[in-house]
Amino acid sequence: MEFQLFGIGILTWIVFLPIVGMIIILLLPDQSKKAIRWTAAAVTGLQVVLAGVIYSLFDRSMVGINDAESFQFVEKFSWITVDAVPWVGRIEINYFMGIDGLSVLMVILASIIALIGVISSWNIEKMTKGYFALYLLLVTGMMGVFVSLDFFLFFIFWEVMLLPMYFLIGLWGGPRREYAAIKFFLYTFFGGVLMMLVMLALYFSVAYTDAATGESVHTFNLLHMMNPENYVDGSILSGVDTTWRYVAWLALFISFAIKIPLFPFHTWLPDAHVEAPTPISVILAGVLLKLGTYGILRISFPIFPDGTEYFVYLMAALGMISIIYGAFCAMAQDDFKKLIAYSSISHMGIVVIGIAALNTQGMVGGVLQMFNHGIITAVLFLAVGVLYDRTHTRGLYDFGGIANQMPKYTGIAMVGLFAALGLPGLNGFVSELFSFLGAFEAYRWITIISVFGIIITAGYILWTIQRIFLGNLQEKHKTLEDLTLREMLAFVPLIILIILLGVYPAPAIELMNVSLSHLVEFVTNGG
Amino acid sequence: MVDNILNSITHFYPEIAIVVTLCAIIIGDLLIKRKGHTGGWILMCGMVVTGFLLLAQTGVNQSVFFDMIAVDPFALYFKLLITLATIFVILFSMKSRELDEYSNRISEYYMLIAGMVLGMFLMVSSTNLLLMYLAFEMTSISSYVLVGFTKKSDKSSEASMKYIIYGAVASGIMIYGISLLVGMTGATDIYAINEALAGGLDQSLLLTISIIMVITGLGFKIAIVPFHFWVPDVYEGAPITITAYLSVASKIAALAMTIRFFRISFFELNTSETVAIWSMIDGLNWNMILAVLAALAMIVGNLSALRQDNIKRMLAYSSIAHAGYILMGLVILTNEGLSAIMIYVFVYLFMNLGAFYVAMLFSNKTGSVSIEGYKGLGHRAPLMGVSMTVFLVALTGFPPTAGFIAKLYIFGAAISAGWYWLVLIAGITTVISLFYYIRVVRNMYFFKPEESAGKLEFDSGTKIILMLLLIPTLLFGVYFTPIFDIARQSIQMFGM
Repeated sequence: MEFQLFGIGILTWIVFLPIVGMIIILLLPDQSKKAIRWTAAAVTGLQVVLAGVIYSLFDRSMVGINDAESFQFVEKFSWITVDAVPWVGRIEINYFMGIDGLSVLMVILASIIALIGVISSWNIEKMTKGYFALYLLLVTGMMGVFVSLDFFLFFIFWEVMLLPMYFLIGLWGGPRREYAAIKFFLYTFFGGVLMMLVMLALYFSVAYTDAATGESVHTFNLLHMMNPENYVDGSILSGVDTTWRYVAWLALFISFAIKIPLFPFHTWLPDAHVEAPTPISVILAGVLLKLGTYGILRISFPIFPDGTEYFVYLMAALGMISIIYGAFCAMAQDDFKKLIAYSSISHMGIVVIGIAALNTQGMVGGVLQMFNHGIITAVLFLAVGVLYDRTHTRGLYDFGGIANQMPKYTGIAMVGLFAALGLPGLNGFVSELFSFLGAFEAYRWITIISVFGIIITAGYILWTIQRIFLGNLQEKHKTLEDLTLREMLAFVPLIILIILLGVYPAPAIELMNVSLSHLVEFVTNGG
Repeated sequence: MVDNILNSITHFYPEIAIVVTLCAIIIGDLLIKRKGHTGGWILMCGMVVTGFLLLAQTGVNQSVFFDMIAVDPFALYFKLLITLATIFVILFSMKSRELDEYSNRISEYYMLIAGMVLGMFLMVSSTNLLLMYLAFEMTSISSYVLVGFTKKSDKSSEASMKYIIYGAVASGIMIYGISLLVGMTGATDIYAINEALAGGLDQSLLLTISIIMVITGLGFKIAIVPFHFWVPDVYEGAPITITAYLSVASKIAALAMTIRFFRISFFELNTSETVAIWSMIDGLNWNMILAVLAALAMIVGNLSALRQDNIKRMLAYSSIAHAGYILMGLVILTNEGLSAIMIYVFVYLFMNLGAFYVAMLFSNKTGSVSIEGYKGLGHRAPLMGVSMTVFLVALTGFPPTAGFIAKLYIFGAAISAGWYWLVLIAGITTVISLFYYIRVVRNMYFFKPEESAGKLEFDSGTKIILMLLLIPTLLFGVYFTPIFDIARQSIQMFGM
């Protein structure tokens, strides 16, 4: 499948449109805040349109994963080629993008969340120009990661996200923003360095033979790295089940686990979330966390099937700990935003045990949970933002009886909270069910313990509802206004998705089913 | 003999051009009104001419002046980098406020820089220990004076004094090491030393001692641990322009000299082996010694930089750390390691000079070099703030800046040679380095400037110089084929 606009492929458009928007914004004068906001909205709106085009043109029967032929919307250009010299062969880095069933849903998610983020950023008055410029750079980074099929390109996009994120938290965040920003930066940069080392080791281990010239070419191409035949004999990562391959798997896993974040690498997340402004929390929880699990599926699993099988128990166990631990931590919070942050850790744990099951149900459940959790947490963080904007507090005990005062808000927040709880009929239920079903087949006890996490989740969510929406309305909150039109605009599409995918998840599942089944087969057959 | 000299002179035009420039600066100083940067402009013209003369030497690979000097792609590459660094430092000097006070004797300053350039050119190209030492001293003595150039400042004089004392000791130790080596092998020519060693020498202890002594001298100039004690004080005391120059040019020159000396003297010549072994001397594991030195430089440099408040001292420690990263290439010393070093120094030139340049511009305006004093500067000078951010992020090794490519290649070379623990240390120290680099960025942006503090304005010349440094730092991060190609072609040394 191909689709081009003005001779440029759709993936390049969807990735680099925000950069175009950023340049336009930088050229606008500081004072024209309205124009700046509308530019950002237009750019991200266009991205949603492009994502819609991708959704409608996407061929559900094509596999992808390790087969270059069945990727869709592929764009491949030579970026860096250095000719061979006597002592080292040709070097090649490609501008190689394409999507398959694994990434298509993530691209759609990223574009939706990016637009919602812009809408909820509308009231940012402090240094508006800088804010939206950095925001759009961030969007380019996350979109780029989802479509890159060259490790080098993937890594560049991965790292490009960090600096804007650092500034967005550090400049527009809450009271302890500096600490949160640098903590986020150091953690993820550490992960990035580990990833870079693995990337280099892979690069030196993988060489394919160019059909035209017969040269042996070292490459960063992810698909070539998935083919065991391309490993040079005697190189560090050649062979199967070697110590170095295990080390490389672990290093990659740590760098992705920091992003997910998986226990025990999660400590940056509550700080970052609490201090980040609402739209950035939405982006962070909605998309950035998914990059971690996406990286595991796109890189760790197919490139290191041996390491995956060796460590998959560890992964499932960490997922289980994250579910339980995150849920308990969430229960202990008296800050609404921190509660949502810990619930994210808990819900991302479900993704991890789902994909660690290494069977189709689990995998589908995990990826669907990535999408659903993105939508649900976006709603929840927006909901926290609404209260915080009005009252400047997020303490769970500072509220009560909001239901009467803000009925529309209550209705919407309830849908989000119940979806997070896993109420049947809403989207969270479907993906959690699939994840646990898959996991149960693979790890009985781990799954049984994990499922208790759902009960704890129900506990803290119901308790939250009780503390905020029910009970007596405090005197000072009698003047609270219900949702404005702009806020409704941010909420409604997400709520529609929550209900739609809860009742009828097939459109999302059929997008990825073929690819994920193939991934499972590929990994379990040892590559 | 006359033939040799006449022929040699045709390959010696760049150096001759520098000597002519040096004389022209002195004469110009005598003839023309003594104020202003006349000397700077003369030197600039001289360096541009030198640059063209160097480009005309592309592809030459031979030995001149009775095998004293090699004119080869390796030397050419480093000479071009030194020329480029010099041109930038001349431009910086013309914008520096620190030097304004001394404008009546500023020509001396440029004359000394010319002398230093000549010394560094000879350092990177000499193949004879005697000439190597002379070139080394020529560079050092010019730089001692330059460090103390702002003589009304106590710190500058102190720095100069410290530099002389440390430098004298280091070069004394080095010449002692050289004399032992010459005594044992009976040759000052490094090719002859190689031959003598290949013939077999059973004085391994003495040989080891002499090499360690030579490493001391060279390590002093490259600024690696444990020969780094002069660095913070000298970098702090010297005028910023000279600090920038020392951290780039003289480091690069010393590095080139080290590479040539080791590679020619102690390795099998004319092999196509991709694995570099110190085949000529056994007993000690030299790769391991260098690896430990590299690791020390990375650890000490990065950890010490964490606590600095003076931007010059911070960049001083950062330059020690970068010497450590570069040294990783020297540990390997295969063709891959060499080309990684070449890429690294090329990128390092732009990003480090850039950071020093912005530091100088800020200190011109605010009169302070304290990192605490950077609070709010990002809001007061947006362009400078963004540029400083880019340079510091590049020094950290962050994509998509050129600093990432440099780190990528040096790490890659180490991985392919199997130095995994060294790469791991390099990786971890890189993460540590992020902390102190980003602290500057934090101070620039996370604090509001005081109400009374207005915007800082800069003239367009200043901005053009900035762009000359900024654009390559960004451009080579996304398109680096040209540096690769050049670096690969330039690893060719005479006699290899």
